[in-house]
Amino acid sequence: MSAAWLTAEVAESALQATAQRLWFGWLRFLRNPLAVAGLAVVAALLLVAIFAPWLATQDPYAQDLAQRLQAPGAHHWFGTDQVGRDLYSRIVYGSRPTLAIVSLVVLIVGPIGLVVGAVAGYAGGKVDAVLMRITDIFLAFPGLVLALAFVAALGPGLVNAVIAISLTHWPGFARLARAETLIVRSSDYIAASRIQGASALRILFRHVVPMCLPTLIVRMTLSMAGVILTAAGLGFLGLGAQPPSPEWGAMLASGRRFLIDYWWMSTFPGLAIMVVSLAFNLLGDGLRDVLDPRSE
Amino acid sequence: MSAAPAVLSVDGLRVAFDTPHGVVEAVRGVRFDVGRERVGIVGESGSGKSMTGRAILRLAPRTARVEAKRLQFAGEDLAAASDRRMRAIRGRRISMILQDPRVALNPVMRVGEQVAEAYATVRKASRAEARERALDMLAQVRIRDPRRVYDLHPHQVSGGMGQRIMIAMMLVPEPELLIADEPTSALDVTVRMQVLAILDDLVNRRGLALVFISHDLNLVATFCDRVLVMYAGRIVEECRAAELARASHPYTRGLLESLPRLDAPRERLAVLQRDPAWLA
Amino acid sequence: MNALLAIEHLSVDFGERRGTVRAVDDVSLAVGPGESYGLVGESGCGKSTVLRAICGLNRDWQGAIRLAGDALGPRRSPAMHRRIQMVFQDPYGSLHPRHTVDSILREPIAVHGLGDTNGRIRGVLDQVGLGPAFRFRFPHQLSGGQRQRVAIARALLLEPQLLLLDEPTSALDVSIQSEVLNLLADLRRERNLTYLFVSHDLAVIAHMCDRVGVMRAGRLIEETTAARLREGRADQAYTRRFVEASGGYDRALARAFADLEEAQA
Repeated sequence: MSAAWLTAEVAESALQATAQRLWFGWLRFLRNPLAVAGLAVVAALLLVAIFAPWLATQDPYAQDLAQRLQAPGAHHWFGTDQVGRDLYSRIVYGSRPTLAIVSLVVLIVGPIGLVVGAVAGYAGGKVDAVLMRITDIFLAFPGLVLALAFVAALGPGLVNAVIAISLTHWPGFARLARAETLIVRSSDYIAASRIQGASALRILFRHVVPMCLPTLIVRMTLSMAGVILTAAGLGFLGLGAQPPSPEWGAMLASGRRFLIDYWWMSTFPGLAIMVVSLAFNLLGDGLRDVLDPRSE
Repeated sequence: MSAAPAVLSVDGLRVAFDTPHGVVEAVRGVRFDVGRERVGIVGESGSGKSMTGRAILRLAPRTARVEAKRLQFAGEDLAAASDRRMRAIRGRRISMILQDPRVALNPVMRVGEQVAEAYATVRKASRAEARERALDMLAQVRIRDPRRVYDLHPHQVSGGMGQRIMIAMMLVPEPELLIADEPTSALDVTVRMQVLAILDDLVNRRGLALVFISHDLNLVATFCDRVLVMYAGRIVEECRAAELARASHPYTRGLLESLPRLDAPRERLAVLQRDPAWLA
Repeated sequence: MNALLAIEHLSVDFGERRGTVRAVDDVSLAVGPGESYGLVGESGCGKSTVLRAICGLNRDWQGAIRLAGDALGPRRSPAMHRRIQMVFQDPYGSLHPRHTVDSILREPIAVHGLGDTNGRIRGVLDQVGLGPAFRFRFPHQLSGGQRQRVAIARALLLEPQLLLLDEPTSALDVSIQSEVLNLLADLRRERNLTYLFVSHDLAVIAHMCDRVGVMRAGRLIEETTAARLREGRADQAYTRRFVEASGGYDRALARAFADLEEAQA
């Protein structure tokens, strides 16, 4: 995969054509410094999660009551919490449940929303009506309230929090996919495929879905910020990841009581949530500029 | 060409864009004069004809770099004019008609009000006076029931009527120069004739200078007095419309020979052979 | 003459109940095998709707459509898809923006299980005058004329008998139009294709077609030949006006048109 192969005038295989397209898309992405910053932070999050054992200075679960409520210093970079656990190490390990929630939600919500929306948009008629009414039911409830209801019913915990958040997020994707499908449906290239005898299924997956993907990907990255905040909200209420798991939202909650005199306990988890949310937002904006087929 | 001073005088007009692939020159040194006559600028996509029209009115995209050795309108230097001065000139002394009236008209405003607004903005008239002038203008573009049409919205009028409304809107301030960019391309052939007849009448009656930009060589040759053919940002041919059949530049000849003609059947259409020398 | 395509009393309605618009009103015509039949008219006359009904894109039509004697229903069988194909007006919209030319041309072959994919693709690209360098390009890397050639190639892959052409050169530059028209004329001769050619441009129609049908407001008001059109002879006043208006601007003519418009309600 040399530079010449990527920038060749004439592509000689399907692989080369796709690789070239991705390469030029990547170059366009690099021209947006904020988006690159967002990507860097997200990449950093991933690395921190993977290399947590090596990046943390101490055991995040080790309690040391003699060291409780220490201010940030040489030994504890972010200070300690009310039972003497090192805050820095907990933040580092906290990247794992955060990343887990975000990836799981997106992996569930993306495909389901895409399929429901695309099928509804393409089929039209009764199928569309039924699917959209189902979507409307879910949309009628405020996100956090619905998530709370599910978690209350299913019981607190990380997995249940993921399911709850997914159930509140998928309708937005379905609507988006349906809107894109409606635009695409009346295109001449779809008509051409129909004239050639392509089945509806083939048209849906080879023609319609690729046109929906860019908007959906962007929406997914932008949603991740919201997902993190919802998860933090659940954690804050004690309904997400359970103690002693170092989930950032839960950490934010437990630091509440000590906010005035021991500010570091809530501030650092709060900053982490803010930075990661912002990064996903910037990444999403940058992706939108690159993936928008209209800019081609 | 009349001995009277030209209404519009352009020399050395250049429009360039900076793209990631280098500098792209849309217009490369264009020179022409327009008196009280109809000048047609013909070209295909990418020839720079539309950009020329826009550059005269300083309506080129902000990323464009426009420069000209001379850009004079009725003795005034347009190139040196301030943005404020250009805004005063645009719409009042120089008007521009665009291709698709549906895109150029405000979809939520009644068409009559848009014409009235065009008048009121430049002549500082009262609402009643503007309305009267608008109705009068709609009648001049041969709209039979101006009062009824005044209250319609753009989506309620047909393409031909929309174009007539746009002409009304652009001519109500009584400009001296009219730039029309593909004004009839989106219209059916029979409607086109009607709209052109109206334009013909108005231009004659008011002694307007008209710059007619189009890709339709035949149309320009039959409607205008003089024809300028553009290719790759340059004017390659300049002649009287009546003499177009005797054009000398190979590009023009190539175009003429590749067009199918109702009155001249051909076994096979000639294919234009582009000569890289034309880009020089 | 044994018609390849026979349309009898075709009517197409859009909208429901009170808002119904009759886009095509009792149109009947026949196209012989190897013939090129032109349908000309202004926008909204229904000529494109006729094409859409024939190829199966529009299913709500009444009347009869027969291909070589076989009656067509609202839906098309795979076999019928192989016999009728269409080329669209907008070269920018008829190719999927995210598929390479290769991928676009693969589809009909895959859908009908024809085999010899590489051979067929190379062959058809050659036929439309595009070399192998174009095979892995995306539509946005092609010019308008090149895209239209790919669209024609795609239509030819299934080796149809009848090719429906919906204003195939209207969106192209004049200098490209002649190439594409020449290509279409050559292909018809080489493959003994039958064309139903729709356009609003009378000069193009007269060049490409033998017989011509003039449509107005959904009705087929006159059937004539290219030769008669060239001579300016026509039965209907509308057709005569159409021919005259196609000759470019004429002040006296325009006056006549204006008076005509005043006379209409």
